Amino acid sequence: MSILIDGDTRVMVQGLGRDGSFHAGQMKEYGTNVVAGVHPGKGGTEFRGIPVFNTAQDAVDETGAQCSVLFVPAPYAADAILESANAGAELVVAVTEGIPVLDMSRVIAELDELGVKLVGPNCPGLISPGKSKVGIMPGNIFRKGPVGVISRSGTLTYEVVNQLSAAGYGQSTAIGMGGDPIVGMKYNDYLELFEKDPETGLIVVVGEIGGSDEQDAAAFAAEHVTKPLVGYIVGRSAPPGKRMGHAGAIISGAESTAEAKVEFLRKSGIPVADTVERIVELAAEGLGG
Amino acid sequence: MKLEEFQAKRLFREFGIPAPDGVMAATAQEAVAAAGDVGLPVVVKAQVKTGGRGKAGGVKLARTGEEVLKAADSILGMDIKGFTVERLLIDPAVPIAEEYYVGITVDRKRKIPVMMASASGGMDIEKVASETPELIFFQPIHPERGLRLFEAKRLAFRLFEDKRKVMAAASIMVKLWKCFDGLDATLAEINPLAQLEDGSIIALDAKIVLDDNALFRHPGMEELRLPTPAEKKELGAKSHGLSYVQLEGEIGCMVNGAGLAMATMDVIKHLGGTPANFLDIGGSSSPEKVVHAMQLLVSDSNVKAIFINVFGGITRCDDVARGLVQALDEIDLDMPMVVRLTGTNEEEGIAILSDHGINAMKDMTRGAEEAIRLAREGGASE
Repeated sequence: MSILIDGDTRVMVQGLGRDGSFHAGQMKEYGTNVVAGVHPGKGGTEFRGIPVFNTAQDAVDETGAQCSVLFVPAPYAADAILESANAGAELVVAVTEGIPVLDMSRVIAELDELGVKLVGPNCPGLISPGKSKVGIMPGNIFRKGPVGVISRSGTLTYEVVNQLSAAGYGQSTAIGMGGDPIVGMKYNDYLELFEKDPETGLIVVVGEIGGSDEQDAAAFAAEHVTKPLVGYIVGRSAPPGKRMGHAGAIISGAESTAEAKVEFLRKSGIPVADTVERIVELAAEGLGG
Repeated sequence: MKLEEFQAKRLFREFGIPAPDGVMAATAQEAVAAAGDVGLPVVVKAQVKTGGRGKAGGVKLARTGEEVLKAADSILGMDIKGFTVERLLIDPAVPIAEEYYVGITVDRKRKIPVMMASASGGMDIEKVASETPELIFFQPIHPERGLRLFEAKRLAFRLFEDKRKVMAAASIMVKLWKCFDGLDATLAEINPLAQLEDGSIIALDAKIVLDDNALFRHPGMEELRLPTPAEKKELGAKSHGLSYVQLEGEIGCMVNGAGLAMATMDVIKHLGGTPANFLDIGGSSSPEKVVHAMQLLVSDSNVKAIFINVFGGITRCDDVARGLVQALDEIDLDMPMVVRLTGTNEEEGIAILSDHGINAMKDMTRGAEEAIRLAREGGASE
């Protein structure tokens, strides 16, 4: 098992520009079941053996694609998410960075009505090691194993995963949920899925400054998650009011600081690591190894 | 993008929200002339993109020309939370009876805009929210349907009893939503929303933050940007695809990825050092980008050592190494540098650097330790 995606998940890639086509190839190489590409004007062609369609509807109708991963430029991304959701995709993974906040608010309101799940935007995607990779992560650092990883970041996720893998702790599924103020699924949604996943034995929550999703996760875990958690929060050196790269990483209010989050997690009984090395030690303790 | 009060008030008025039509001044003499145009008494207001102006003495009432001169003189050049006052807004002074708060922001938890209103206006709303949350009323806004008049009325009845005032406030609330939505704002705030002695209701202050990611839809707004020196540096970095925030420490950091960049700063702090900046060079790392990033780091006179931390994911370590070698050809680096390179093609990357006499490490914490040590040594030998 794993969550959201596995070897059977039929994936379409929306937006076959420079990045989209590169990563479509990378995903296919990893073993992801890439069944279709979507790019207006390229319908009827093939890319590395993947049939390309003009619209998401054509792709879903012809190939039964269930999941769409999106590399569409920000000004058109909101519409592209809605396109695949309305075409029948069950899960949309939006890699695109820079989508306006109000666009995302509107998109998510509609996705909720349609019952479609969204990972991102502004995210590296997700991977169930050895089964499927939907996004842009470097597949080679991931190993199959019992650790679920949820993060708001890209390269920091790789750093954490790399050290976990090196220490022998593989991952069931690793997710970058996105660095924007408004994203689709959040920690709570993933925690719920990890709790039900028999393959997952421990969950690492990688957080950062901005908002209060980490506190929500801790409160949710206290009620609904029996599996051990390990927390890690970055941005302790960030000045208030400044955006630290991610649109959502900005201190605006007491609860959005790294210190407030660390304290809340610890109070909720979740061990919090000060460094990436410490995550590995705490994971080892949590897994009883 | 944060707008200044005078810009936000102008936009408010365009959306039909009543707000004083003041005059801008950059010198004390201009302030006196502006007060003549506006009509005494006036309020002399520092235009800086931060809160707490009143407490800092950046807002003063002036009844005579002499008082305007004195107020303007004392406020111009003043430092408010690191912002230097370069401009004043001269607003007509009005007789205030009551002060309220109305604002719209994005509720990250519910993923929709939300309007907040309170009878505790004129104060730091954050403080009200944490100390007396029961004094703030909320109205969630459906992003597609927008704020409807009946929703605004329901909120306005929490603040006013008199029907005429309720209707006036509700109308302002709906216009504030239209302003927020129409401009793609992430914050639109009236604090205080004042009820004057004659019973009329107007916006005495205005705050608008625009969504940087939506500026492509509002090309004219870019002209409203009045960057401070620090913001100019950040904008310059952004034009090269770099995300940069200057701090006050000694270790200049260059990292790929925002999360890893924050983690790098944190580990430096954790080990007793001080990060000089946040710098995310992003996913692709062309040599040009690395050159610009190096230039940014060495332009900061506080920097005593440089720590480059790259996790090669999709970015290949050998590409980064080549970029770095080229950057060092172009820049005369006169301070110690520590490179940590790991991930995709790390062996090739480390080999390229070692051919050029640069020792790369594989471990982030060891790298940070080394950078801190070298910064201290460099500082001691001066």
